[in-house]
Amino acid sequence: MKKTIYLISKKKQETEFLLKFRLKAFKKWKQISEPTWAYLKFPEINYQDIIYYSAPKSQKKLTDLSEVDPELLKTFEKLGIPLTEQKRLANVAVDAVFDSISIGTTFKEELNKHGVIFSSISEASKEYPEFIEKYLGSVVPIGDNYFSALNSAVFTDGSFCYIPEDTICPLDLSTYFRINDEKSGQFERTLIIAEKNSQVNYLEGCTAPQYDTNQLHAAIVELIALENAKIKYSTVQNWYSGNESGKGGVYNFVTKRGVCAGNNSKISWTQVETGSSITWKYPSCLLIGNNSQGEFYSVALTNNYQQADTGTKMIHIGINSRSRIISKGISAGKSKNSYRGFVNVINKAIGARNYSQCDSLLIGELSNANTFPYISVQNSTSKIEHEASTSKIGEEQIFYFLQRGICLEKAVELMISGFCKEIFTELPLEFAAEADKLLTLKLEGSVG
Amino acid sequence: MILNIPLLEIKNLRVSINENEVLKNLNLTVNKGEIHAIMGPNGSGKSTFSKVLAGHPLYSILDGDILFKGSSILDLEPEERSHLGIFLAFQYPIEIPGVSNEDFLRIAYNSKQKFYNKPEVDPIEFLTIINDKLKLVNMSPLFLNRNVNEGFSGGEKKRNEILQMILLDSELSILDETDSGLDIDALKIISNGINKFMNPNKSIILITHYQRLLDYIKPTYVHVMQNGKIIKTGSAELAKELETKGYEWLRNLVN
Repeated sequence: MKKTIYLISKKKQETEFLLKFRLKAFKKWKQISEPTWAYLKFPEINYQDIIYYSAPKSQKKLTDLSEVDPELLKTFEKLGIPLTEQKRLANVAVDAVFDSISIGTTFKEELNKHGVIFSSISEASKEYPEFIEKYLGSVVPIGDNYFSALNSAVFTDGSFCYIPEDTICPLDLSTYFRINDEKSGQFERTLIIAEKNSQVNYLEGCTAPQYDTNQLHAAIVELIALENAKIKYSTVQNWYSGNESGKGGVYNFVTKRGVCAGNNSKISWTQVETGSSITWKYPSCLLIGNNSQGEFYSVALTNNYQQADTGTKMIHIGINSRSRIISKGISAGKSKNSYRGFVNVINKAIGARNYSQCDSLLIGELSNANTFPYISVQNSTSKIEHEASTSKIGEEQIFYFLQRGICLEKAVELMISGFCKEIFTELPLEFAAEADKLLTLKLEGSVG
Repeated sequence: MILNIPLLEIKNLRVSINENEVLKNLNLTVNKGEIHAIMGPNGSGKSTFSKVLAGHPLYSILDGDILFKGSSILDLEPEERSHLGIFLAFQYPIEIPGVSNEDFLRIAYNSKQKFYNKPEVDPIEFLTIINDKLKLVNMSPLFLNRNVNEGFSGGEKKRNEILQMILLDSELSILDETDSGLDIDALKIISNGINKFMNPNKSIILITHYQRLLDYIKPTYVHVMQNGKIIKTGSAELAKELETKGYEWLRNLVN
């Protein structure tokens, strides 16, 4: 596998820094073992079997969309990825990641006017080495966990985004990730830096075509918010979750973490997780700055044989740091859905506050929901609240709708939307509408 | 004036749940403009009867038929029965968290509109429609913003049921113990709403334990149900007699 690393690095004509970064990560990865604490069951992954680097056929550097392989564009079209002028009207810049290689970055110029950098990591490592060398691996250290070490060793590409001081990013930045080749491991990295007094909204949406063998995905997202900066990161994840009997589907082992480095900074994670056969994901916040704020809003839906172990970590270090966790888990079919969260207040974090709410909704008799909240408080001035509930879409509720002339599909849609309302209001408008539809679609046939 | 046009005809109906026969050879005809009260001890099959009419999926029909406006409804889904004009006011209206009463009522209203190929109304038009109905049951518009039945008091839940009945303008309304748990003021308000709603084209089946509801809503007939059958039918006087003498008296009488 070491050979593979040299190969990737050579193919991408990487800097010395990145090659060293990869090799260090590989050494770490070999020293640690796959975590087993999550409430997940899956066959052993053969890491030697994975294709670590798969680039689309055309390797030539493209400057214009018209140079893009029309076949690729057609696939984008089918997936509804709007890499077209329409998106500009919708105020979204798209950096499309197709099988790990960025093939086109739109609206760069408009962003350039404001000094915003939005490019692929490989590009950034050549053009802005000072940022990459300073920040890559600074939030999620190379040896943080098994999957982050793997990613750091073999990551192919990803997005880099830099918002300069006193700048409100003029567009919502958006990357569409997509897994294309069968058995192609996806090892993306995203790095977002928001300088003093800056603001950015970042959207991440995913789809994957249906395949029979499991695909491993181990991404890393690192966010850095400096003084007074605000980063809002939203995800709608709908990777292939396997068929009705649980065969196939994506294994999603992601490490997402943000650091509120400056005073009064804020990082907000919103996620709607509906896909993958396995989800292992804990978007977290390190609240270092005084008065910094971390938020985690999540809807995780599992159906059939899907398994999700997801939640967040809020690490309170700064004085008066605040965090808010709202997690909604929906489990249908024979799926397993767990919330796992860690709220940690260190002794210096005077006046820290956390509010956590974890709600689970069960559909059917065979689904499973769990909540594993860990709370550690070393400061007597802090205030921690935790609420949890479990409910069920019951036959009698459905009958009530039916008796009033409302059909089953509409009834389920209304109840699910109602359950997720607090999360959907956190999403950008068009994302919220999509997410709402997605959930209904995912639950089709599982009620009644 | 009652013209004896049957709205509901139940013929030799036998129903089971979990292989227990709960309705045994039930016969009942309800004509347009009539109010039928059904009384009887706990577990006699009254609530079962109301759910069977509404098409609850847990019950299996063993034999017999239910005709609504002359046609069998046994093969119809609950929502189709609702569209045709059958309404059930539940004994224990269930809470629906996250769904606002306003959305729920509007979607129910529009589902019926759609069924009859009538234009659906938008939220603003709907507000004018619902505001008039709210007054009939003395409910504040603030109810609309709350989630369906969530955190409602017993009386509020029952009023919400009657509000829905009025909104959907059902022809056959089955009120399952709508009077239970109500104080005297709430009982008056609800009875008043029901009386205003009633007309010669509609029918109501009142399931109740207490005669006091019948002081406010005058029944055409009173039936006594026991063991899944109607064992006695009489006028409003029968309810008064039952109130003083109890079901034991009737049981002895019938036997």
